[in-house]
Amino acid sequence: MTTTDTTTKTAPVGETVLDARGVTMRFGGLTAVRDVNLTVNRGEIVGLIGPNGAGKTTFFNCLTGLYIPTEGEVRFKDKVLPPQSFKVTAAGIARTFQNIRLFANMTVLENVLVGRHTRTKEGFWSAILRGPGFHRAEAASRERAMELLEFVGLESKADHLARNLPYGEQRKLEIARALASEPDLLLLDEPTAGMNPQETRVTEELVFAIRDQGIAILVIEHDMRFIFNLCDRVAVLVQGEKLLEGDSATVQGDERVIAAYLGEPFEGAPGAEEVAEVEAAEAQAETTTDAAPGKENDR
Amino acid sequence: MTTQTTAPGIPSTPASGPATGLIGIPPHLGRALATGGGALTVVSAFLAWTWTSAFPGDLTVYGYPGGLQVLALIGGALTTLLCLSSYGVKGLRWLTPAGADGAIKFAALATFATVWYTVLAITVDLGGVVNLEPGGFVAAIASLAGLLGALALPFERPEREPHDPDDTGWELFRHRLRTGGDIAKAAFAGGTARPVGTLPSYAEILIIVAVLGLGLTVFTYGIGTEYDELFIGFLIMAAFGFAALNKAGLVSQASQITARHQNITICGAFVAAAMFPFTQTDDQYATVGVYILIFGTVALGLNIVVGLAGLLDLGYVAFLGVGAYAAALVSGSPSSPFDVHFPFWAAVLVGAGASLVFGVLIGAPTLRLRGDYLAIVTLGFGEIFRITANNLDGTSGPDLTNGSNGISSIPNLNILGFDFGAEHAIAGFTIGRFANYFFLMLLITAVVVLVFRRSGDSRIGRAWVAIREDETAALAMGINGFRVKLIAFAVGASLAGLAGTVQAHVTYTVTPEQYLFAGPIPPNSAFLLAAVVLGGMGTISGPLIGAALLFLIPNKLQFLGDYQLFAFGLALILLMRFRPEGLIPNRRRQLEFHEDAEAPTVLTKAGA
Repeated sequence: MTTTDTTTKTAPVGETVLDARGVTMRFGGLTAVRDVNLTVNRGEIVGLIGPNGAGKTTFFNCLTGLYIPTEGEVRFKDKVLPPQSFKVTAAGIARTFQNIRLFANMTVLENVLVGRHTRTKEGFWSAILRGPGFHRAEAASRERAMELLEFVGLESKADHLARNLPYGEQRKLEIARALASEPDLLLLDEPTAGMNPQETRVTEELVFAIRDQGIAILVIEHDMRFIFNLCDRVAVLVQGEKLLEGDSATVQGDERVIAAYLGEPFEGAPGAEEVAEVEAAEAQAETTTDAAPGKENDR
Repeated sequence: MTTQTTAPGIPSTPASGPATGLIGIPPHLGRALATGGGALTVVSAFLAWTWTSAFPGDLTVYGYPGGLQVLALIGGALTTLLCLSSYGVKGLRWLTPAGADGAIKFAALATFATVWYTVLAITVDLGGVVNLEPGGFVAAIASLAGLLGALALPFERPEREPHDPDDTGWELFRHRLRTGGDIAKAAFAGGTARPVGTLPSYAEILIIVAVLGLGLTVFTYGIGTEYDELFIGFLIMAAFGFAALNKAGLVSQASQITARHQNITICGAFVAAAMFPFTQTDDQYATVGVYILIFGTVALGLNIVVGLAGLLDLGYVAFLGVGAYAAALVSGSPSSPFDVHFPFWAAVLVGAGASLVFGVLIGAPTLRLRGDYLAIVTLGFGEIFRITANNLDGTSGPDLTNGSNGISSIPNLNILGFDFGAEHAIAGFTIGRFANYFFLMLLITAVVVLVFRRSGDSRIGRAWVAIREDETAALAMGINGFRVKLIAFAVGASLAGLAGTVQAHVTYTVTPEQYLFAGPIPPNSAFLLAAVVLGGMGTISGPLIGAALLFLIPNKLQFLGDYQLFAFGLALILLMRFRPEGLIPNRRRQLEFHEDAEAPTVLTKAGA
């Protein structure tokens, strides 16, 4: 892991790909994201962390055209993002979803082929007439899709239905599908959620490999070790506002970040005395609740 | 979405008890009994079953099976052959690649049901058991013996779930019912067929030809059944017989072979369909044939919209109506306000074009809706079309459609000097008016099948399926959802319009009442959707077979009268309960509904 870590630091950082300026998203009276600035450069992995409900996914949705920011603008390669998600994908931003959204009843290969949609042109008439151009494009798409499946290690399962893949492989397939649209920026929304440490490590390697292809990556994650191993820069979002941005060490050591995640001691914080008292009371309560085993499930 | 199915290849065999039959006859005796019963049924088919020809089908002749006796003969022969195959008789073993016992049970059941249905029908129709000749008794006893023997064949009993001693009487009853159901299911279960080895390709093509020939024979027989009893007997025999072949593993082997040669199979199916008019002596059943084709073609067009793109369209019949009206208006009919007579190719373009325009007009505002809302809006548009056509009669609106009288006396088509209204002699066969239109309609069906196949297996088809599966994810993949859905809607509409142009000429008259949402006569929107769902969404053969059944059954069972729609509803509920993926399941959908069943986890060919 340390070897890859060193390459991270030395990776070439190119021009700015994504530039979000003052993005604000309001839903009625609720401000989910307030005045967030974020840039992502080519060949860079940027992490976005924050406690649950901080507005990370909302911010992601603003970047992918699912939501149109109430204020501020998102520039992608110096152009303002179009307001529809399919146009955003065509412009070069691909994403994965927090709760996997594969096309469950299509095969693994077909899922990746759907990802090729924006990079192919064949329309209805071409499909009906089946000229040489159609066959060429179809063959090229398949070839590229198989390459991507090989890249994520799913080439042997190309004919399986997506729904039948194990969880970790579904995540990988989602990444392959996103890569099929040949993006310049890949947005990963909690790519390791629900994975065991081993799978997480494999995903880490995969993300590095994608970065090495010159694709910028913005990743939301709760797994801190994953984030700090991976990212060149980390931005912390708390209650819709960007609290901090910096490299792993800066963020890791910042008190405000720890406070945002764990809460901070308030004025009348309980001293050691009170803590002991509470613990004793809890121990007592435990013995009484044992009598009602049915309650266990409610927690 | 993230549900994992059980790993493939691990057969879910519950710890099984001793393999015994359903009834307490020793298995070897049972097998012999089934064989003998089957053989005796074959013999009995040659005897007289009743003394009078008052019962239709003339079952009074010795030495020559007639009507329902032929069905009994087929059932008996099937049972006997399967039994012989289970004995391992050389040359018959190929009949049962998935094990014989389940198949024998179904074959014996088919024979038993057909024979006893006949015997009971004779008894009831003619008023008493006295009307049965000895042959009838022989057949009844033989088929019963065959069934009993078949039920004695051993099977793996599922493990009994112990019941909770605290259960109330009702819960105990339900538990017993469930256990009984499990046992019955296990008793009739078949194994998985061994995969077909590679045969020389000419042999595989011969097999395809044989399968298609069998299909044509069965279908022609079904259309040609002349009285209710025979048709019911045919349905019983066909349903259980198909189940028997399915359990024997022949169906899965046949579908493996046809999947290897899809193009040949489709061409062959069209050739077989084109043979149909030549098997008929008069034009009577060609009428049925052409109506089935119209119905089936429109259902297939709907399948693009519903099966591929997942847009529930409840007013689809309106597009058929638009096409038919457009063709009728330019057909030179005296009741058309336009005094023009377009050639057929131009009429087809007008019909399909008009439907396309309507499809886009209706689709553009509505396709932004999802799910149920779209269904309700399309339902409304279907009715609006009918009411508008009713009102454009010159009094409540401009004179365009001649109101509820419709556009009548539409002249017959004449393509390149070929008059569709006249009889033609082709190779010694007389081809009547409806048979002419049958061939034309077959051509249209071929076009629709081509469009369905080619568009389904392409970038646009994958986009449709992706939209159906998960619209948000599809948008995130760069698919312009609205545009792609509009294309599906427009393609479906113009295909229906295409069928409508022929329909206008076949029926002579186009009236608004032909294009209802629901009614006893197909095609209407509800029946179209039913044909798609019943046949199997997303497949080619499914809607065609569904349409054939939905047309034939009400057409043949006239005696049901007012109960027709009731019976239809009942049948649909039962089918959706026990086979939600339709008669011809798309492999995707089979996996969807039977997650842990023996369904394959690997999909080799996409779609149908």
